[in-house]
This record gives sequence, C-alpha cells and structure tokens, in this order.
Amino acid sequence: MAATHPAHPPGFAHQFETVEQQRDAGHLGMWIFLATEILFFGGMFTAYTVYRSLHLQEFIRGSHELLVKFGATNTAVLICSSLTMALAIRSAQTGKSRGTVISWLLLTWVLGAAFLAIKLRYEWYRDWVEGLIPGVSWMGGGGHTPGVKMFMCFYFFMTGLHALHMVAGLGILTVLVVMTARKRFSPNYYAPLEISGLYWHFVDIVWIFLFPLLYLIGGRYPGS
Amino acid sequence: MSTEAPAEPAVNYLNASYGIKSWLLTLDHKRIGLLYLATITLMFVVGGLAATLMRLHLVEPQGALFEPETYNKMFSSHGIIMVFFFLIPSIPATLGNFCIPLMIGARDVAFPRLNLMSWYLFVTGCAFVLYDTISGGVDTGWTFYPPYSSLYAQSHVVAAALGIFIAGFSSILTGLNFIVTIHKMRAPGMTWFRLPLFIWALYATSLIFVLGTPVIAVTVFLLGLERLLHVGIFDPAVGGDPLLFQHMFWFYSHPAVYIMILPGMGVISELITAFSRKKIFGYSFVAFSSLSIAVISFIVWGHHMFVTGQALYAGLVFSVLSFLVAIPSAVKVFNWTATLYRGSISYEAPMLYALGFIGLFTIGGLTGLFLASLATDVHLNGTYFIVAHFHYIMVGGAVMAYLGGIHFWWPKICGRLYPDMWARISAAIIFIGFNLTFFPQFMLGYLGMPRRYAVYAPEFQVLNVLSSAGASILGIGYVIPLVYLIWSMRYGPIAGPNPWKAKGLEWTIPSPPPTENFEEIPIVTEDAYNYPAIEPHAYPDSQGVASV
Amino acid sequence: MVEHPEQAADYHPPHIVPVPIYVAVFVALIIFTALTTGIAYIDLGKWNTVVALVIAVCKMVLVVLFFMHVKYSKGLTRIVILGAFFWLGIMITLTCSDELTRHWEIVPQGWSAGMHIARQLF
Repeated sequence: MAATHPAHPPGFAHQFETVEQQRDAGHLGMWIFLATEILFFGGMFTAYTVYRSLHLQEFIRGSHELLVKFGATNTAVLICSSLTMALAIRSAQTGKSRGTVISWLLLTWVLGAAFLAIKLRYEWYRDWVEGLIPGVSWMGGGGHTPGVKMFMCFYFFMTGLHALHMVAGLGILTVLVVMTARKRFSPNYYAPLEISGLYWHFVDIVWIFLFPLLYLIGGRYPGS
Repeated sequence: MSTEAPAEPAVNYLNASYGIKSWLLTLDHKRIGLLYLATITLMFVVGGLAATLMRLHLVEPQGALFEPETYNKMFSSHGIIMVFFFLIPSIPATLGNFCIPLMIGARDVAFPRLNLMSWYLFVTGCAFVLYDTISGGVDTGWTFYPPYSSLYAQSHVVAAALGIFIAGFSSILTGLNFIVTIHKMRAPGMTWFRLPLFIWALYATSLIFVLGTPVIAVTVFLLGLERLLHVGIFDPAVGGDPLLFQHMFWFYSHPAVYIMILPGMGVISELITAFSRKKIFGYSFVAFSSLSIAVISFIVWGHHMFVTGQALYAGLVFSVLSFLVAIPSAVKVFNWTATLYRGSISYEAPMLYALGFIGLFTIGGLTGLFLASLATDVHLNGTYFIVAHFHYIMVGGAVMAYLGGIHFWWPKICGRLYPDMWARISAAIIFIGFNLTFFPQFMLGYLGMPRRYAVYAPEFQVLNVLSSAGASILGIGYVIPLVYLIWSMRYGPIAGPNPWKAKGLEWTIPSPPPTENFEEIPIVTEDAYNYPAIEPHAYPDSQGVASV
Repeated sequence: MVEHPEQAADYHPPHIVPVPIYVAVFVALIIFTALTTGIAYIDLGKWNTVVALVIAVCKMVLVVLFFMHVKYSKGLTRIVILGAFFWLGIMITLTCSDELTRHWEIVPQGWSAGMHIARQLF
C-alpha cells in the first residue's frame, strides 16, 4: 500500500496504486487534452469554413498568394519528424542505448526547427516584405479585396497558432533530451516520451489539414 | 451535540503542515479545493457589490446613482465576474475538488500538480479581471458581442478577454483532471453504477469543460486579435460576420449554463437522499440525464440568437432542439420528488437549500420553455424576463445548490459544526430575498422593460423597488453564512466522521480527513445511497440516538 | 512491477510497433503529400476540394492509427477521439445551418436543398 511506501519504480506517483493505472491515466489525460486541442483549432476551422463559403472566389485568390513549394516541403519535413519521434519512443521501449534515443529526439528537434525556419524565412518574411500581413504590413490594392484580406488573416492566425504549438513542442523535446540524458527512462518507464509523442503527432496532423486548406484548396491549375 | 464528543483526528490535512507556503504549494486536492473556495468567495463579494449598486441605482426611474456608462460597466463586471469567476468554478472547483477523491475512494486526483496549476491559472485570470474592473471596466455586457467589443469599444476589452482566456485553461485542466480521476482512480468495487450521482454530474460537467471551453478560448483569442490588429474579422463592412462571434461564443456559453447547474443537480441528489434516508428513485435515469443534458446543451445555442438576424431555418431547428433539454431536466425533478415520497425527511439546513433548489429550478426551467419558443421569444428577448429566467437557474438553482453543498460537506471540510439554527434562518432569508428580487423581474420583462438600461419608464418603479428591496434581503442572507461558517471553523463543536449519518465513502473517514484520505483503499460492495429500508430518523428525542 | 505481484498478472506490456510498419506509413504519407500537391494542378472543378480533404483525412487516419498507436490501444481512447470530432461536427454543422441558409427566401425542398448547401461549400 502507498501508505507504507515500498520501493517504487522511478516516476511512480503516490496517488496511484499500480504502475499500469498511472500509465493509463497519463495516456487518457493526454488524449483528452488533444480532444480540447481539436476543439480549439476546430473553432478556427469553423470560422474558416463560414468565411470561405461567404467569399469563395476571394479565398481562392488569396490562396494563390501562398507558395506551394514551401508548404509541401514543410509537410514533408513534419512527416519526417513524426517518423523520427515514433522511432525515438520505440528505441526507449525496446531498451536501446540512451545515445540512440537522444539522437532520434535531436533529429526530431532539428526537423521541427527546420519547419519553423522555412516558415519564417521563406514565407512570413516574404509576406511581410510584400505587404500581405493584415494589420501589420498590408499594402492592399492590386485586387486585394476584403475577402482576400480575410483569407490572409486566417492564414496567419492558423499557421501562427500552429507555429506556437511547434515552439511548445520544441521545448518539450528539449526537456525529453535532458530527461533521457539523466537516465530517467527505461523500458519499464517512458510515459513522458510516449505522451509527448502524441502531442507531436497531433501538431503534425493539424498541419496535414492546414496545408490543403490554405495552399491547395480550390485548385492551382491555370484559370482556377 | 452528542454526549460522547467524537474526537478530531490528531493529524489531518488541515494541520499536517503549517505556513503560507504549505498552502500555496500544496498538491492536496482538499487544500486546493479550499484555495478555490477562498478565491471564488472573494470574486462573489466583488460581483455581489456590483449587483447591489445596480439595484440601488434602479430604485428611481431616472437612475439614482450613476451615469449610464458607469451603469453599463457595473452590469458588465457583475456578469463577467459572476459567470466566469464564480458560478463556473463554484461547485466543481471547490466541492468537486474536495469530494471527488473522497467519494470514489482515491488518495488524490489523477494529476495533483495540474490541479494546483489550474488554481494558479484561475487566480491569474481573476487578477486580470479585477485589474480590468478597477481600471475602468468594460461596457460590453458579459457577452462581448462585436461591434460593442470591437469597433465601438471604449473600454478595457483586451484585459477582460485575457482574463477569461486564462481562466478558461483553468477550467479545461480541471475538467481533464476530473475525467481521468473518475475513469482511472475509483476504488476496487466502485463500479460506474455505484458512483454517487454527484460524481456523475461532475463527470458530465467535465465533458462540457473539456469540449466547450477551447472554443471560447479561440473566440476570445480572435476578439483579442481584432482589438490589437483592427483587421475586421467580425466587421461586415470588410466581409466579416458579427453573428459568427455569437455562434462561437454561445457554442461554449450555452453549455456553460449547464456547467453551472449540472454540479448543482448532483449536489441535490446527494442532499435529497441523505435527508430523506432513501435510495434515489431511478438511479440510472438520474445518472444518464446528467450525461444527456451535457450532450444536448451543445446543440441548442442558437436560441440566444432568435432575434439577431440568424436564419429563420436555423431558428426553427434550434427552437425544436432547445425543447429537448427540458426532458432530462424534468426527469431529475420528478426523480427527486419521487425520492422524497415516503422518505424519512428531516429539515436540516442543507435540505432546506435542496428543497428551495427544486422549486426555484423548476420555475427557472419552465420559463426557459417560453424563451425556447420562437414567437414568444421575440416578445421577451432582451427584457427583464430573460434576466429573471437565468437568475432563477443560476442563483435560485446553482447558488442554492452550492450553499446546500457547502453546508452539507462543511463538517467534513473543517471537522466542525456550524450553528444549525442560524443556517436554517439564513436559508429561509435567502429563499425569500431571492424570490422578492427576481419574481418582480418576470413581471417587468413581461410588461416590456428592457434589460441593460440605466433608466426606465416611471410605471415600472413599484416593481423595481420591490426587486431592490428583495436584493437587500438576499444580501443579508448571504452575509450570515459567511459569518457563522468562518466562526465555526474555530469555535464550532467537533463534528465527528459522519454528523448526518449519511452514506458514502467520504463519511467513513475522519473529519477533517487525513492528507492521504484513506488509511487503506476501501473495497466497495454496495450501491450508492444504500439506506436501510425503514428507519425512524434519528432525532435526539427518538430512541435516544444523537443527531445534530 | 515487482512491488505489486498481485497486479503483475494483469499487466499488459504496451505493443511495440515493428520498424517496417513505421517506415511503410511514412512512405505512404509522403506519397499522399505528393499526390495531393499534384492533383491541385489538375482541373477537377469542385472535386479539387473534395479530393484534397479526403487525402488529408486518410493521412490523419494513418498517423493516428500507427504513429499514435491507436490501432493497438483501448476503446476509451477511440471514444475520446471520435467524441472530439463529433463535437467539432456539431459546431460546424449548426453554425452553417445559420450561415448558409440566411439568404434563403423560398423554401428549397428535398434534394435541391442539399445541393444548395453543397454548392455554397465547394
């Protein structure tokens, strides 16, 4: 019983009775958190859907202001980072050396950072120069009707929120690297890795939807 | 009191450690519950002061105290503070935090650190809103509709919005914690259908916390961006839609009404069974009605927008759906009354609150049906009828249940009894004061007096004066418990583990409970509310059995 | 687990996904990305939107099932996910029930009402 406090495995908290109970609780907690995230981004997607239906042509025109090559590259980068994250967890599960786990985590970190770098340098910076950021550097004119501006608002709100989540993810990865280096994990206890992995994959999924909704929808063919 | 005074446990959660730090860094769900209790009591006082000043102002038709702008800020502060910073956290964060682990036989909630963090988030939110109130307040009403809050805002919208945003995360984390706790931390043998109904109600509430709150967060986030960047997201002149804000706002804020009332319903199920010494009538109906209220609450929000220019077709759909909520709500009321039937009823203070709740909630619920009907709503929308309706639900319902729950679990919380006589008197004063305050408002609204105005037509003065008189009685009714509950913490007689002879795991352990709650995790073998079939209630003069 | 021998029998070690499955999912995701990008340059009319969204959903399902281990996890996890999407559906559907019918002047009936809504979405 917990009152007598026998030697617990590392990371075991007093309010639980068994290790499996703790693991299940952590998992369920993370999934519920992700459910709230779905609704959080969902509010954005709802607003996007409504305004898109109100300004269909202008949203397509706005979408043509974005650069598909960078959007697609970034999608690939994030998918790679999801793979490396999954492999990091797997190597902890199977008791691979700390070096292996840390390498996979660092690789994930680098890919995440690369995503943000591409976004900042080649997309947002260009938008800023070209005056495509509503409320910050908006040049207007050139057929940039209110609907186009609205599209750009949503582009920045949605990618901005996503980027904030990426930054938080990088912070989490850093903590995980430190924890791994301090021998906190073993094949019997790696819950923080697993749970952070769920978060990382979720952020990937958000991008999987943002990419077509912002860059592709309505088509890129001539005359679209 | 009993002849053999039960002893207080030598070491309990209150005296296990001392000092400010031991409270501000505590991971104990019981202490966190008390931290919430102190915080929301403070917010209640601030919100209540605003209400008092408003009622004072409305004694005269042309307004007795303020400029209209000040009056606008007054009712906005009252609404924002009472809704987001008192009612929503009231029962879940205080009684829920305190009771859930005790009632399901756990040592703590699943994530104690998260629990403490959510209190800190809540306090941060409170700080923003108090700063906002002091520095000038907002004049948008608690609903923040654009363009009041965007184009034409002349007040501190961003600070208030930020406060709500942050407090929202506190709600989300609390809800998440409760859901996981109820799923994963139940004692052996505590099956879903042996859970006390308060737990079912809090589970349903937590679902709303988790599924609804993120949407208000993103809505307020959009509003904040709009204020900072002026891009016109809700401005029709540049392609925005102000009604989209209302849709997203009410997607959360209508279910939020059920965040307030559902835990109250759970408390009432506990009180009714404990003080009529009977099993609840139709356990599973009451349990599932909580869940169905939580689900249905998400598909009715459009009834707040019948007269806003919402599509007629959407109005039709929302009107029909709104009527659905009446079904599970009525199931609960019927089952409580059926539980009372042939029960061995006693009228201690918590029971008085419970009975008051049933009556007032029924009035509040039934007047809701008027407002769910499209045509009637056109007449009543934006009048005092609405104000009276939701105060019957929120104050007559949620606050009555909250006070009933506080009185019921107070002996468990601090191990002391409060003077029952004073408690009964104040319950009666609150009931009378409440009805005197808000019943005239039904009439005022029906006669056409609009809400949110600083002045009114002279023919409404008599009813307004009655309402203001009632408010002062209500105010006194709230002050009395504050005094005797604080008094009882130190001077009240020792309560013993189970002063009400109630069923439930929380009554099997000492009061106040030890930090780890249970010396050994209990094994549950019986249903909730398993009161013996027929037993004369334990009055001091019947069979010499002691009672409070 | 040594400390709780009575629970040890119930303990199910988490499923370990073989590396080839991870790699296969990864390859599929990359192919889907290329596919969705390529299709955007072909004129499918209104179907461009539909195809893009269908591919996005497929990608999400792959990530959820394999990278997030939902294929190997308990029913409760699935209920949480489906619940969240169901609630998102409620929000979008009922909001659109207003936004997309606001300008209706005559009552479209049956199939034509459905087509009416579809035309506005795509």
